Amino acid sequence: MADLLNPVDWLLALLQVLLFALAAPLLAAWVKRIKSRLQNRRGPSLLQPYRDLRKLFRKEARVANSASPLFRAAPYVVFSATLIAASTVPLLAVHLPTAILADVIVLVGFLALARFFLALAGMDVGSAFGGMGASREMLISALAEPAMLMAIFTLTMSAHSTNLSSVIQHVLDSGLLLRPSFLFALLALLLVAVAETGRIPIDNPATHLELTMVHEAMILEYSGRHLALMEWAAQIKLLLYGVLISNIFLPWGMAQQLEPLPLLIGLAAIAGKLMLLGVVLAVSETLVAKMRLFRVPAYLNLAFLLGLLGMLSHVILEVGV
Amino acid sequence: MNRFDWLSEYLARLEDEHVVVPSGNTQSLAPAHLLIIDPEDWAKVAVVAKQMGLRWAAIWGDEQDHDIVLTVVLVYQGDYIALRTAMTGDHPVIASHTPVYAAADRMERHLADMLGVQFDGHPDPRRWTRHRAWEADEYPLRAHFPAAGQGNGLTPADSDYPFPPIQGSGVYEIPVGPVHAGIIEPGHFRFQAAGEPILRLEERLGYVHKGIEKRAIGRDAEGLARLAARISGDSTVAHSWAACQALERACHVKIPAKASLIRGLLCERERVANHLGDIGAICNDVGFAFAQMQCQALREQWLRHSLTLTGHRLMMDVVLPGGVRVDIDQAGRELLRAEHVWLREQIGPLFDILNDHPSLEDRLLSSGYLSPASAAELGVSGYVGKASGQAVDLRKDSPYAPYSRLSFSVALSEAGDVAARMAIRQQEIYSSLELMNEMLDILENTAESEPTQVKLAPILGAEGLGLIDGWRGEIISHVRLDDKGRIAHFFARDPSWFSWPALERIVLGNIVPDFPVCNKSVNASYSGQDL
Repeated sequence: MADLLNPVDWLLALLQVLLFALAAPLLAAWVKRIKSRLQNRRGPSLLQPYRDLRKLFRKEARVANSASPLFRAAPYVVFSATLIAASTVPLLAVHLPTAILADVIVLVGFLALARFFLALAGMDVGSAFGGMGASREMLISALAEPAMLMAIFTLTMSAHSTNLSSVIQHVLDSGLLLRPSFLFALLALLLVAVAETGRIPIDNPATHLELTMVHEAMILEYSGRHLALMEWAAQIKLLLYGVLISNIFLPWGMAQQLEPLPLLIGLAAIAGKLMLLGVVLAVSETLVAKMRLFRVPAYLNLAFLLGLLGMLSHVILEVGV
Repeated sequence: MNRFDWLSEYLARLEDEHVVVPSGNTQSLAPAHLLIIDPEDWAKVAVVAKQMGLRWAAIWGDEQDHDIVLTVVLVYQGDYIALRTAMTGDHPVIASHTPVYAAADRMERHLADMLGVQFDGHPDPRRWTRHRAWEADEYPLRAHFPAAGQGNGLTPADSDYPFPPIQGSGVYEIPVGPVHAGIIEPGHFRFQAAGEPILRLEERLGYVHKGIEKRAIGRDAEGLARLAARISGDSTVAHSWAACQALERACHVKIPAKASLIRGLLCERERVANHLGDIGAICNDVGFAFAQMQCQALREQWLRHSLTLTGHRLMMDVVLPGGVRVDIDQAGRELLRAEHVWLREQIGPLFDILNDHPSLEDRLLSSGYLSPASAAELGVSGYVGKASGQAVDLRKDSPYAPYSRLSFSVALSEAGDVAARMAIRQQEIYSSLELMNEMLDILENTAESEPTQVKLAPILGAEGLGLIDGWRGEIISHVRLDDKGRIAHFFARDPSWFSWPALERIVLGNIVPDFPVCNKSVNASYSGQDL
């Protein structure tokens, strides 16, 4: 309980959340940049998402006549729920007071809360596109959430805890060990992350075609600061999944003490891991086309199956070892 | 097989139906044969034509001395016939061809809106080109209607268009457009869907009606060429060529061989540029941005060469009545040859990637199927037709200079899906590159001193038909001169008149998010059909 009362720790936790929010656009820009390079073009500057956000925050927010108060509230709910979810994920250091308060199920819950309001907001104005996007988002999330939980349960069974800090500590303690269950869980989580963050082949964040959109269709009616919050939340979500995958499966380099030098090393380590992950994402997005909407269930069932296999292999091969 | 050897059988069959063709001639609308028909036989000529398998290609109306003169163009084996009839102008009523030829639907509605011709038996009484700019009894193509309009002020939104309602559990409508998110032309699409599968799609076009037909009246030849160049910006060469060809035929002018070669070169350049852009765009619509970027880069390079060559990226206003504005000299020819080699080197590996990419195949194969029967029924030409077994290519079927002296093969497929329409485009790029090289070879042996343009002396009251294979397919242009040698009537039939209705059939059985790629694979022109 001593951790819970230490003001320095809480300050660090707050700083980490801030870092999460501030670094999120950078990761999106990095992926875009690598994608541009892979398409033989220069691509926008790494600062472009920041400029876009600044522009949107300065612009007037227009709201449709038919919008209810929910429509105005949704961007704030979505943004804060995503940010709170991010605060439960260890970024630089393994142990943080926030991570001790909330476990991975809370994390999934906050993400679900954000999505719930996103979908409601999509349907609120009554335009056909918003409803279409919301229905597709629900189709995807209904299948992605169990797959994600299954993958996470596999990890938590190994670590005997649903707390992310404990899971990471467990991985660090057991050293670099090739566990089949972790491999399956990693693959499952990668597939889920692609679906949940609306990347190709599930959704295309760069499209202007309303009829093909999922995430973008829900936020079509937004403008100004509302849109900025929605886009920022999406960027945070991308970073969240990147950090989750990097830090659970490759936690090396994370700070185990809350001191300047380990934290600095932790920062460098997570930056390196995310850059690498960004390259992997960009390459995969360049190599494949978006899949047909009705293939998405098969894709997510595969993720679920991998998660299940991970759990089975844990039970069969690893328990008692 | 000789040209028009089927015509005698057509006339004989008409005679069996007690339709007497009072007169006709082979001169005034050459290369088409003109047949004058009685108004009461209008339905029968279509029925017999349909039985013989003629393709319905165009209808236009022309007010001449208070008479409304209707002309329908039918095609068989690359031979064109024009059926013409005249009615008194007060309240012209005539049988509709739409019950026989589905292709006639929108063009007849266009004529009903613009000229006030009532088509008896037309299944769809709704307005088409007419939005709400004119009152129901105002017909802008009538001679007394002022070209500047009646000054009705701001046109109200076309919001009360009666789309047929659809009912059922879980069935809903998605209105899309006329303003779209991307940089494309305006048009409204009304989807009726049950969940994601599309039950029905209806297009509502006419948002880019520019009054091309009305604005043409009173222009001189140069003015008409400039106007025709702006019917659809991506087909500017083809449309201005079609208009100029019609003018030249009306004036009995034969343009220099060099000019027709240069026109051919420019037209093929236009085809290559648009096909490149489309191939990239099709891939982009299924989220494969890599192909889009590569194709865009190639197209951009190609357009910049067009700029150097002609002074305009899209080669607008280069085709003029009597010839062309630019000459392609030795340096230009070398530039072109080098460019053709370069493009061939570039597209080879790129198309290999596109044609052997599992996740692309998954999206493009079997998507957006148009059956050969539907394609034939709708009279679709160009890549949409060729991908569905319709070997309509004017360059081959009714060759004009310079194609009459060139040899090439027409790409054809029966597959009818998005992948087939992309494959046809790829093959056409290769065949265009070969054609252009052949044209350059001939140009090499043409005297430098040969003129690129001859003067056009208008023949008063004459008319002419322009038949050009643009990159989208067959373009038909009709021009009639008045007694001062100015334009009295102009009509340009873009291939999009038929590919738009084809799109409505193509999307059936597909899901809503696959519409954009189906649409892109057709890429019909809004502006070209709105006129």
